[in-house]
Amino acid sequence: MAAADEASRPFAGLSDVSISEDIPVEGDISVPMGSSRRDDEFSTLDEPVKETILRDLRAVGNKFIHVLYPKRSSALLRDWDLWGPLLLCVTLALLLQGGSADSDDQGGPQFAEVFVIIWFGSIIITLNSKLLGGTISFFQSLCVLGYCIMPLTVAMAVCRIVLVGGSGPVSFGVRLVVVTASFGWSTFASTAFLADSQPANRKALVVYPVFLFYFVIGWMVLTFSPAQ
Amino acid sequence: MSAGSGSRNTNTEPWGSFDDNLIQGGGSAVIDMENMDDTSGSSFEDMGEMHQRMKEEEEVAAEAAATEDDNTDDGEFLGMKGIKGQLGRQVADEVWQAGKRQASRAFNLYANIDILRPYFDVEPVQVRSRLIESMIPVRMINFPQKIAGELYGPLMLVFTLVAILLHGMKTSGTVIREGTLMGTAIGTCFGYWLGVSSFIYFLAYLVNAQITMLQTLSLLGYGLFGHCVVLLVTYNIHFHFLFYVLWLLLGGLSTLRMVAALLSRTVGHTPRLLLCGTLSLLHMLFLLYLHFAYHKIVEGLLDSLEGPNMAPMQRVARDVPELTLNATLRIQGVQLLLDSFST
Repeated sequence: MAAADEASRPFAGLSDVSISEDIPVEGDISVPMGSSRRDDEFSTLDEPVKETILRDLRAVGNKFIHVLYPKRSSALLRDWDLWGPLLLCVTLALLLQGGSADSDDQGGPQFAEVFVIIWFGSIIITLNSKLLGGTISFFQSLCVLGYCIMPLTVAMAVCRIVLVGGSGPVSFGVRLVVVTASFGWSTFASTAFLADSQPANRKALVVYPVFLFYFVIGWMVLTFSPAQ
Repeated sequence: MSAGSGSRNTNTEPWGSFDDNLIQGGGSAVIDMENMDDTSGSSFEDMGEMHQRMKEEEEVAAEAAATEDDNTDDGEFLGMKGIKGQLGRQVADEVWQAGKRQASRAFNLYANIDILRPYFDVEPVQVRSRLIESMIPVRMINFPQKIAGELYGPLMLVFTLVAILLHGMKTSGTVIREGTLMGTAIGTCFGYWLGVSSFIYFLAYLVNAQITMLQTLSLLGYGLFGHCVVLLVTYNIHFHFLFYVLWLLLGGLSTLRMVAALLSRTVGHTPRLLLCGTLSLLHMLFLLYLHFAYHKIVEGLLDSLEGPNMAPMQRVARDVPELTLNATLRIQGVQLLLDSFST
């Protein structure tokens, strides 16, 4: 009761100004307090941490499956999240570490370098597609580009395993094939999601920077050589 | 009195008519010019001011009332938590709204990418034709040539050049300093494109040439197409003579194209010489620099691998003319050669 009074008091002055005294105003104006919102917050706040983490992991895993079998679906776009790209980025950067032969302090810049390339590359591609008239939002595009790095991360893991066996021309050939295949897969997967958001005649203009982006990452993966 | 009745009657207007203290004296038909604000163009602005003032007064009154109630009804019903929680929520809501308003205003002002949108309005066919035209000089210099003002093509060419540089550095077989190489490649290419464009625009401004900043960016960006092609070929086929031929041919063609476009927009012999001479010098030297700066990395690798006692043999190895198809073969060939010398 008192709450309703307090809520309607801010509006008390208005009724004098805008409505003439001859016309009676009935009913009461009360500000909705959004109690339903409060209930929702409590419902996810009270659940155990394990459930929250598992729910997020399941969402991330679901998107990984969508990248593995890219078909024109909007699941990746509808509920985007950046956990997957972060996970992939960190994994790739860790795998690319310990590469160059000379000194120990090379590990630091390499990790940061991979991070910077992936995130700034994604941002530039997103800006480019928006400027070309795309309908996709900023974070949706980041999400798609990040998730489509997964084939290249898998290729990196494979390359590292192959390099354990030796680094002759045979291993180079195997690595070349694996990296080329995963690069093509990444590009194809990301265009399957991104191309729909562009006007029909400009798809090539959007695909080209994506191609360059995965090409650069693929080169970093291919030319990785372990410390001696 | 007529004045009194007049003031009472004016309140029947739906938009809340004139108050006594605003413009008109009660019931008088004459508008007192003393009270009229000079800057107000119409009476609607005054109405807007009045409403705003009233709303502000209400908000202040509401806050005062809320704090008053807070003080008086503190412990009375719902406990302290009830009223304070509600007030806290309202205040937090206000703060959030104000912050959001300010942030969105700042964002719309500074991060508005729509100002760049017209420069990206191209079709793939146009980009392709402009790429090819950038290698074909046009001989008409008496009438200003048309220079496309777009940024998509130049931007993509700069990124392609960065990728080619990285490819060149990797095929030279070294991973000595990956971090700085990547940063150097990006810094070099973007620095050249932006820096030289600005410099040429500055010179054009000095000599009063008819060219805008966007056009210099576009011209120089498309001129990098020749560089991309030359570097792509010569990073894979390490043949110095081939590089010099391509440098003169492709580099020269793209330079001539840019020079002709600038000539058509400049008047006077000295300005033309200055502008076009500077541009051709910088453009050709940049290609030379890109080739040799990243070529030396191979020789640097040989230095570090073999050590000081191998210096004379290293010179012999470098002079051996070879036509290689990729660097792994070349390095293996050099290794074999050095092994044969040492045994």
